[in-house]
Parts: sequence; structure tokens; C-alpha cells
Amino acid sequence: MTGDIAQSANGIAIVVNGEWLQPDNPSLAHLLYARGIIDARGVAVAINGAILPQEQWPNQRLKAGDRVEIVKVMVGG
Amino acid sequence: MESMATGSTTIAGETLASRLIMGTASFPNQQIMLDALDASGTVMVTVSIRRISLDGYSGSIVDSLGGRYRVLPNTAGCTTVRDAILTAELAREALQTSWIKLELIGNRELLYPDVEQLVAAAAELVGRGFVVLPYCNDDPVVCQKLADVGCVAVMPLGAPIGSGLGIGNPSMIEIICARSPVPVIVDAGLGTASDAALAMELGCTAVLVNSAIAKARDPVAMARAFRHGVEAGSLARQAGRIPKLRRAEPSSPELGLIGT
Repeated sequence: MTGDIAQSANGIAIVVNGEWLQPDNPSLAHLLYARGIIDARGVAVAINGAILPQEQWPNQRLKAGDRVEIVKVMVGG
Repeated sequence: MESMATGSTTIAGETLASRLIMGTASFPNQQIMLDALDASGTVMVTVSIRRISLDGYSGSIVDSLGGRYRVLPNTAGCTTVRDAILTAELAREALQTSWIKLELIGNRELLYPDVEQLVAAAAELVGRGFVVLPYCNDDPVVCQKLADVGCVAVMPLGAPIGSGLGIGNPSMIEIICARSPVPVIVDAGLGTASDAALAMELGCTAVLVNSAIAKARDPVAMARAFRHGVEAGSLARQAGRIPKLRRAEPSSPELGLIGT
């Protein structure tokens, strides 16, 4: 199932925060911008379990099947 | 002078001007949280790391804390070493701090630590350069193991998270404080200011409080009460309490008693 979705005819499919998505544009910057994440303070990104430093966000292209985690700092105890 | 002596402490080489560490969750609103932090005198607050809603981004608590406080991210809710380590790495990237409050939960109902995985995760994080403060059981053996793998402090629970039961086993907390090679911070379960005073009297370096303040009827007033509780307990610890006796010892002079 994973392979079928990842190689969909409509373009690549990726998993963002546990949800399958088929972004119009395979760039991470576009994905972040489309979600209103324009200020990186308190935000971090991991792809396939590895941290992607902020300076690499602008040039990162996403591949089919990539598992992207986008997190932010929230209240906590 | 006295408040300086009781107020500040050093953890991992960093001087903290307050022995009260505060959580930021569960306040009625953000302004009350900020007012409570101010009233508490705290200099270090805990935060969590969570997935961004894919519906849209809505600002970060980092903005509202405004650089006033040292931010200690946690791994709250993690149940595996792998998730805890990824969360810690994400926290380090998001906040540019190596400090991490390590939580590794073994039972979601009790929010009790999984000590086996906790020690393994702590060792791995220390190896990756983190400054690790683990939330743990009130168990001197586990606390010693955590110190042995390089944790800069240990944070035994007073009672289950959010329970407000206070320190369930004060003599064990006192034993941990007496034996621990690293600072002891009671984390979780405190209910009111006197619980914080007791923690300090038992020898703790600091306390970490969230629900008891955030969910009080008046969180700002309770934050002030905890501030005084921590200070009173620290002063009492320094002053040296009298021994407990199993009999009375009169405080008034016995000589010249009328009727003898």
C-alpha cells in the first residue's frame, strides 16, 4: 500500500506528521510556506528520523515516501 | 543576603537564580501563565515538542516567553527510547539548547517512568551531547544509575504527575538527596506550597511545578505561594531543624514554677 501511494500518478506522496500528502511542489520550503510556517523560531524538521537543520530547509527536495516530521515548541510540564 | 543564599543554585555549571522551575501547560490563558511565571520568580520553564497542525501554524510559545526564561524542553508522552531521542533532537534544533527534561513513560494512566528504558535513553542522550535531567521514580538505585550514566540532575516524582498528592514518600526523597552525587529536583505530584517547602527541607536542590499552580483557583497567587514555600524550605534546611523526640521537652523554664 505504501508503495502504491508513494508512486501515485498525481505526483509524489509523502507522510507529513503521520498523514499522507501529495504536495503540488516537492520542495520542503513550499510545504512549510503553504502551512504558514514562515518564522522558524521554535520549529524543527526531521526527515526519515534525521534532523534537517534550518539552513538546509530552502534547498531540500522531498522524495516519494519521505516521512517528514514538523514540530513546534508548545506549552508543557 | 539570605534570599541570595537560598534563592540561587547551580545545575550543570549554570547558575539559576531561583529554585522553582515551572511548567507552562494548563493555565486558563497565556496572560495568566505569564503573570504566574513572573510572580513565581522562576528563571527556567518547561515546554513540550509537538507536531504542528497541518491546518495552519499559529505562532509559538517561544515568542511569548520573550527570552526572559531559560527554556527546558521535555520529551513528555514518549514511550520508547527511539521517540524520546528524536523528540530531544527536535527540541535541540527548535530551541538551540542541549538541555532536555527526559520523560519516558511506561504507563499512560499513571504516567510512571519506564526506568529500564529511561536509563538507556539517558545514556544515549548524554553520548549525543545532551544535558539530561530525567524525570524518574523516587528510587535511590535508579537515581544512582542515572547519575552514573552522566545525567546532570535527577528528578524523582513526589507523586503521579498532576495528582497534587504531595510527596508520598518523604523519607525516600530525603535518602535520595543524601546519597545523590547530582542535584535532586522533585518533579511532579506537588499540590500546594507546603509540599515545595517540604521538598526543600528534605534536601532537594529545586522543585518543578506545573499543575499545582496552573490549575489553582488563582494561579498567580499560588505561584507567589510556591515561591515563598521554596524559600521557606530552603531557609529551614540551612537553619537546621531540631531533632524529633518521642516525648515532650518543656520550653518554659522549669525553675520557679508556682505551686512547687
